[in-house]
Amino acid sequence: METNNSFDVTYVAELARIELNDADKARLQQDMQAIVGYIEQLNEVDVSGIEPTAHAVTLTNVTREDRAGKSVPRETMLANAPATVNDDELIKVPQVLPGEGMA
Amino acid sequence: MSIDIKNLSVSSAAELLNSGKISAVELCNAFIARIDAIDNQIKAFLKLDRAEIISAAEAADQRHSTGNQLSEFDGIPIAIKDCIVAEGQTCSCASKLLENVVAPYDSTVVAKLRAKGFIPMGRVNMDEFAMGSTCENSAFQKTANPWDTERVPGGSSGGSAASVAASEVPAALGSDTGGSIRQPASFCGCVGLKPTYGRISRYGLVAFASSLDQIGPLTHSVLDAAILLDTIGGHDKRDSTSLPDACEGFAAAVRAVAGKDLTGIKIGLPKEYFSAEGLEPSIKAITDAAIATCKKLGAEIVEVSLPHTKYAISAYYIIATAEASANLARFDGIRYGARAPESKDLVDSYFKSRGAGFGDEVKRRILLGTYVLSSGYYDAYYLKAQKVRTLIRRDFENAAKECNIILTPVAPSVAFKFGEKSDPLQMYLADIFTIALNLAGNCGISVPAAIEPDSGMPVGIQLIAPTLQEKTLLEVAAIFEANREQSEFAANL
Repeated sequence: METNNSFDVTYVAELARIELNDADKARLQQDMQAIVGYIEQLNEVDVSGIEPTAHAVTLTNVTREDRAGKSVPRETMLANAPATVNDDELIKVPQVLPGEGMA
Repeated sequence: MSIDIKNLSVSSAAELLNSGKISAVELCNAFIARIDAIDNQIKAFLKLDRAEIISAAEAADQRHSTGNQLSEFDGIPIAIKDCIVAEGQTCSCASKLLENVVAPYDSTVVAKLRAKGFIPMGRVNMDEFAMGSTCENSAFQKTANPWDTERVPGGSSGGSAASVAASEVPAALGSDTGGSIRQPASFCGCVGLKPTYGRISRYGLVAFASSLDQIGPLTHSVLDAAILLDTIGGHDKRDSTSLPDACEGFAAAVRAVAGKDLTGIKIGLPKEYFSAEGLEPSIKAITDAAIATCKKLGAEIVEVSLPHTKYAISAYYIIATAEASANLARFDGIRYGARAPESKDLVDSYFKSRGAGFGDEVKRRILLGTYVLSSGYYDAYYLKAQKVRTLIRRDFENAAKECNIILTPVAPSVAFKFGEKSDPLQMYLADIFTIALNLAGNCGISVPAAIEPDSGMPVGIQLIAPTLQEKTLLEVAAIFEANREQSEFAANL
């Protein structure tokens, strides 16, 4: 399906924080253009005066008693971390701010 | 004693266990032996911890011997789709990004299964993050259809359906966001139930599209589906979308209709579904034969209309991908999962981990979801799709005024061969009969109806009921099951 929609894979992948190489981009641009071309059929539906449905159930303001419950031990949670420091006490992350590399 | 586990159902396994004919250890060992013998052909299982299963079975036998069994199902194994967490087991969603992540807690459904003595048995394959209709989007392996190993099992709960159809387990849990339980059930000749949205807690289900996702069982029989709905359903304070309504008595209702017919039931046929583009003549013929069976059983058949059917796929793929793009934003390789080894800073690490960790289909859906939510497009796509969702929901409400149950095909064709379908848009279009239900939130079930003569593959029909009408849904499904022309559906493997 050939359409002229404005889908720009480089821009959208940037928003979605997904790195793509040039071959990925070329392939996905084509796929996405066809898919976006298809969903544009919604333009023909008259929805004036129709309320949007965000959810299949309409429960609102579900609350619970404000009391502390059991939580998962830190060592169990941190066992899944890709990198840790301080004897597995903290998650190690890549440098957050630009500048000199830290030791 | 040696036991025949071919198509052994949950209810039959329970009888064997409770009459003392077999022990839970014997039962579990028989299924493990079956997996060890054939799963190299089927590849349904991503992980199987044999020692943990046997030790749980030993505990069940201990309880049986002292009369303290947790329920009549104490010691029965059940396979779990790899997006539903079980404490201490990996939960990868068939994605490289989550390959070695170990779940720190039980999902509510797994906790409820354990409370009745069911034994979670392995992690079964799926399309990555439940995105796909063939299981080919798994990052790890391609699951084969037990009826013909050159064909796909369907998806995304393909591992669940294949493991049941191959008699590797008596039953499995799957999840259904747009047909991911019902379509593989149809492709593999088993029963697949998508309950009403909110019936079953989503706590511990890795979210794909939160307003559409629902957990459900894949089984050999309608009775088993009812047993599992009784077991895993009901209100959960850990899921704010969980409905307060009681969720029990379904197995008893199914047992009570044994020998009954469909007198007094009105079955609606949505005309838009039967004229849908792409519906194979053989599937239409099988569906027509199923309708004739229902008519013979005393059901009144009426034509109904779901006028917005042609917009369901567009609305679904906008809403589902928008929600997915938000849900999957958490997978960044920082707190858990696979982090790209080389990156210059935090943001670069997100890009590289997500670029390397997600497969193509997941990328397409995140891109589509990001696009429809992005500045300038939100109203045109997302808001519009939500309004169309209202129209689709009203279609079902209006149809429900004219019938108790809607009967439709599940998928336009039998299970396709590996690689036969590769165009992503064409694949989306094949979801036409299953996705509207997720948008509307009501319940549906796929029940095997016949074998397609040319391919020898099973074909299911879909029955649909209004919100919270699972009792009628399961009763009608059970009566159909007991009276369909083809009585047994057993894969030749």
